[in-house]
Amino acid sequence: MKKLFLLFGALLCSLASGAAMAEDKPLRIGIEAAYPPFAYKTPEGKLAGFDYDIGNALCEEMKVKCQWIEQEFDGLIPALKVRKIDAVISSMSITDERKKSVDFSKKYYYTPGRLVMKAGSEVKDPLVDLKGKKVGVQRATIFDRYATDVFAPAGIEVVRYASQEEVFLDLVAGRIDASLADAVSIQFGFLQTDAGKGFATVGPAFTDRKYFGEGIGVAVRKGDTALVEKFNAAIDAIRANGKYQQIAKKYFDFDIYGE
Amino acid sequence: MSGGYWLTIVEGSWLTLHLALGSMALAVALGLAGAGARLSPLRPLAWLGEAYATVIRGIPDLVMILLVYFGGQDLVNRAAALVGHEDYIDIDPFAAGVATLGFIFGAYLSETFRGAFLSIPKGQVEAGFAYGMSRWQVFRRILWPETVRLSIPGIANNWLVLIKSTALVSVLGLPDMMFHAKQAGDATRQPFTYLLLAGALYLAITSVSLLALRVIEKRFSLGVREVQL
Amino acid sequence: MILDFSVIWENLPQFLHGVGVTLQLLFVSLAVGFVWAVPLALMRVSGSPWLNLPVWFYTYVIRGTPMLVQLFLLYYGVAQFEAVRASLFWPWLSDATFCACLAFAINTSGYTAEIIAGCLKTTPPGEIEAARAAGMSRLQMYRRILLPSALRRALPQYSNEVVMMLHATSMASLVTLADITGVARTISAQYFLPFEAYLTAGAFYLVLTFLLLQLFKAAERRWLAHLRPQRR
Repeated sequence: MKKLFLLFGALLCSLASGAAMAEDKPLRIGIEAAYPPFAYKTPEGKLAGFDYDIGNALCEEMKVKCQWIEQEFDGLIPALKVRKIDAVISSMSITDERKKSVDFSKKYYYTPGRLVMKAGSEVKDPLVDLKGKKVGVQRATIFDRYATDVFAPAGIEVVRYASQEEVFLDLVAGRIDASLADAVSIQFGFLQTDAGKGFATVGPAFTDRKYFGEGIGVAVRKGDTALVEKFNAAIDAIRANGKYQQIAKKYFDFDIYGE
Repeated sequence: MSGGYWLTIVEGSWLTLHLALGSMALAVALGLAGAGARLSPLRPLAWLGEAYATVIRGIPDLVMILLVYFGGQDLVNRAAALVGHEDYIDIDPFAAGVATLGFIFGAYLSETFRGAFLSIPKGQVEAGFAYGMSRWQVFRRILWPETVRLSIPGIANNWLVLIKSTALVSVLGLPDMMFHAKQAGDATRQPFTYLLLAGALYLAITSVSLLALRVIEKRFSLGVREVQL
Repeated sequence: MILDFSVIWENLPQFLHGVGVTLQLLFVSLAVGFVWAVPLALMRVSGSPWLNLPVWFYTYVIRGTPMLVQLFLLYYGVAQFEAVRASLFWPWLSDATFCACLAFAINTSGYTAEIIAGCLKTTPPGEIEAARAAGMSRLQMYRRILLPSALRRALPQYSNEVVMMLHATSMASLVTLADITGVARTISAQYFLPFEAYLTAGAFYLVLTFLLLQLFKAAERRWLAHLRPQRR
């Protein structure tokens, strides 16, 4: 009995201390670590990736302590809204749709969307060639949005997953015929791995600004303009002092910033 | 097989156990409160206890977890804003997981405690009064220990279910066993291996729990005559 | 507190479709699981360790591991192997609904087998003696007396199992299926209204749970009438 009360008391204390720690606030950044090469976990369980490295560089530039909080992608904006995190650095595209709910910094990279299917598949017009087929997307991404608004009404079946990794798993398993995703994530996170053998990006690049946005930015709570300014200044700074290029070179042999 | 990923899953078991123990503590407290409410002569209190048990047991754990994690924090923030509190009050993910699971299993335990309390033979209470014990003494010396003893099978069952339910908090990003197993499996494209390992660890925990509970049950049942079959 | 339920109202057809998916998963899993559980239960009460032990191990593993692990193993884990993908089972195993139903059916078979076995073991001795006295063979005894008696007495526990299964189907949303929870997740992600979406999902499950429990109350009234306290 006594032990139960002690346990309960300890629990209450830990909850209270969590609330009290609001004073010594680090900047909490949300990230989904299932999107190589931008965000992933090493076998030792450590966070890694382009988003992670850029985020740390930005924090260093802004002279704040950063705390990384892992979250499923479709939970990032909700977590931002309920103040569980203060920023999202997880390859989130800047779109008008999202701007209704959050504010964005300027972009820190840009890549188009592509379709990935079995190598040799012919896709001239996606709306025609994919009819009746299954396309996998990650929930809450711009690709999900595009597939829902454009593919689904055209008779293409959209299958939604919690993570892009799961999409690739099912693509290899043959449960879906194609996936609409980020070109770089497809290349580095899938095609260059053993599992990706026999697959290739097919069809056109998707660049419709309405859906695919103006690039990848840091998302913050709506109205947190002070933080947006800080991030923008930091992005400019690391691009000017070469830190950005240094990190980018680690992962990519082309200019990921885009025009 | 990369050695590192195995370790993260085993490390995750530490969090799983902490989560389960914390939730259980909260569940026992809420269960007692709930049972007390339902047995109370005050109608509104009894109705509240009944509503608590019925509603919670009618919603899946997963939905409850998603609702509390996103809805709960939102409500706290809105309430805080109403009283003019500018800054955020953070509920950390672990606390959210414990709160949710504790809340859910508190409902099940209120049913257990209520059933145990009601099944104590009235003769024992009458004997207590016959001895001149006060109401409080009757409760403390007779009703309470008996309730505890009769609740043990119910608590044991709920503990086993609770351990398995902790796997669901992985969708909140809590780095428990399930979360690490899923991540490792996704990253290495070998989900079978890591899921099997996680499954084996869960089985180990439930097995050890079963043995421990058997010992506890025996100890609390000293002096109770078993039915001769 | 301004909650925006207009979005939920607009998407009600989607939710109703999700209810259909949930119910389909529930009934198929329960039916298959139950049919599979009866022979398992019979093996479980057998005196022979060759029959008893394998089933004991089966239910032990199923009841000792989380449903989520079982579901992911069957959906993602099994698909990992090239041999499986090339086999003739693949058209079935590649379908998410099939995988989910299979995982749920296996899970419920484990729990249901234990419930039925427990009820078989606690058959009132009088019923067994009467059957023997009437000269029934073992098979007749099982078919006419033991099983029907055990199944009736299993109703209260089985009703719990059915409600548990209804709740378990919510996990199908984690393997791409658009059941009630899956629809709620999609809506929550599209419109950033998690609270309203999950509250609605919870409401649907609450109603379904209530209906199921009413169904079982009626079943108990009909089939367990002989065990009720007599009212004179």
